[in-house]
Amino acid sequence: MSEISGVDIELTDVVKRYPGQKKPAVEGLSLHIPAGEIVMFVGPSGCGKTTSLKMINRLIEPTSGSIRIGGEDIGRQNDDDLRRRIGYVIQGGSLFPHMTVTQNIALVPGLLGWDRRRTAERVDELLELVGLDPARYRDRYPRELSGGQQQRVGVARGLAADPPVILMDEPFGAVDPITRQRLQDELLSIQEELRKTIVCVTHDFDEAVKLGDRILILTEGAQIAQYDKPEAILASPANRFVADFVGAGAALKQLTLSRVSEIELSRPTVAEVGAAASPVLSAAKAAGDTSVVILDGKRRPVDWMWTTDLDGLDKVPAPPDDTDLVTIDRRATLNDALDTMLMSSHGSAVVTGRRDEYLGVVDFQAVVTRIQEHHEEQATRVDTEDPTGAPA
Amino acid sequence: MWDYITERHSQLLYQSYQHLSLVIQCVLLATVIAVGLAVVVHRNPRIAALAGGVSAIGLTIPSFALLGLLIPLAGIGTATSVVAVTFYAVLPILRNAVVGLAGVDATLIESARGMGMGAIRTLLRIEIPLAWPVILAGVRVSAQMSMGIAAIAAYVLGPGLGSFIFTGLTQIGGANALNSALVGTLGVVLLALVLDALLLLVGRLTTSRGIRV
Repeated sequence: MSEISGVDIELTDVVKRYPGQKKPAVEGLSLHIPAGEIVMFVGPSGCGKTTSLKMINRLIEPTSGSIRIGGEDIGRQNDDDLRRRIGYVIQGGSLFPHMTVTQNIALVPGLLGWDRRRTAERVDELLELVGLDPARYRDRYPRELSGGQQQRVGVARGLAADPPVILMDEPFGAVDPITRQRLQDELLSIQEELRKTIVCVTHDFDEAVKLGDRILILTEGAQIAQYDKPEAILASPANRFVADFVGAGAALKQLTLSRVSEIELSRPTVAEVGAAASPVLSAAKAAGDTSVVILDGKRRPVDWMWTTDLDGLDKVPAPPDDTDLVTIDRRATLNDALDTMLMSSHGSAVVTGRRDEYLGVVDFQAVVTRIQEHHEEQATRVDTEDPTGAPA
Repeated sequence: MWDYITERHSQLLYQSYQHLSLVIQCVLLATVIAVGLAVVVHRNPRIAALAGGVSAIGLTIPSFALLGLLIPLAGIGTATSVVAVTFYAVLPILRNAVVGLAGVDATLIESARGMGMGAIRTLLRIEIPLAWPVILAGVRVSAQMSMGIAAIAAYVLGPGLGSFIFTGLTQIGGANALNSALVGTLGVVLLALVLDALLLLVGRLTTSRGIRV
């Protein structure tokens, strides 16, 4: 794990009262958000989670109470200066349509007075980080990008000036489930590299379990129902409200806590684009593989070919332009892995690590084995913790 | 008519230039005034609606009547023409600017503020550029209308091609009366087409490729 670059956030007795409303929207919220962690705010709509988030960058001014970021009281700071040091990512990326990808990402560095070269380098670095080829995407306008790509640029824009704290408001709410899963995985691997303090509002409890180091469950008036690690909330909900919110199948949701990285990956034959085909074929034959994973120059998987298709070719071909190999990140949950495998013609899925580098292949059997192990672990834990056998 | 044009071509060119110059300057001034007003009023729905109403009613005031009303205040000559043309030119731009600014997605504005852009910077870099195509459509309407109103402004001895039209009308039946009025009218139409083409070009150059339709 890399070094923590985030700082902690401390909310003390924060109240937000809107004129003309009897009950405050946020009623005395006190909360410690540790540096370098992802904290998810969840709760029913109207519970004050978004209001609480927006008070951290003072888009909404608290009526009373104090908020400290890295020990400094934000109430005493100039709000524009404060916001330039806090990344802000909202639903759909919210890119400015009249600016190119570069201009969008370069906004905050521009406000901070970075010079041109440093900004240009930073833009390319961030596009790489979120998995977009800078040469191809930097001069595009938002409408020339898909929803998922826009959201990636939105994340890159939030990270632009390397802020210690990032606020996200339903960041992946506007994209389809498969893209959302990929974006979540990417966020986790980015976070592994950067270790920012991330506060993220979502209404999707599964997303909270997957992304959060901690989950804050709020009820009306931003009252804390439970604030704990996801495992703890799933294992022992603090009250009826939390139990209802967690919903049925808490045991199954534990699957969301298991990552692909916990599974032993199989390592079929790999080949780089442009390599001679015959040694690859003989290696595959020796290993008993019927397919070969094709990697590019940076060891990123680009294609997955049957050996029969490779037969008779001189060199390993570059994939056709429309090839979009579905891969999963090692931080993906077992749920996600099962989804991906069901769509793949190979009945298994290619797993990637940091910056999309190839790690191996996960197959159905490996996931099932892991699920069984998980259940056994759970069962033994319940047995040892609670000899009466009552359900946990 | 061709003889009429060739005989007076220098005067005609001069008056065309004057006409175009009057319209362009008035429309520029009107754009600044209208966008300024729209910025002030567009956040308040009630005042914005009022601005729309005023703009609609203002356009129904006959320009001839307004010129008459202005004579005691601004006298006869260029000043009165400028005031009258600018007054009318503001109205369509104001209406479009209010609609354009109100149409900017509120989440984009919040996003800009959340990134640490101040209110003025947000206005200049986000709101106005995004509303620009709509504002510019108002400017084009305004420019067309101003061409006609500038012609009528010749009644108070303002500059431009209107003088040909009025000369023709006052000498009706006389030699060259028809020629004079026709040349004046056609000249105005021609100038209007040229200016519209020019504004289209300005639109291409000043509208981001990301929001061009």
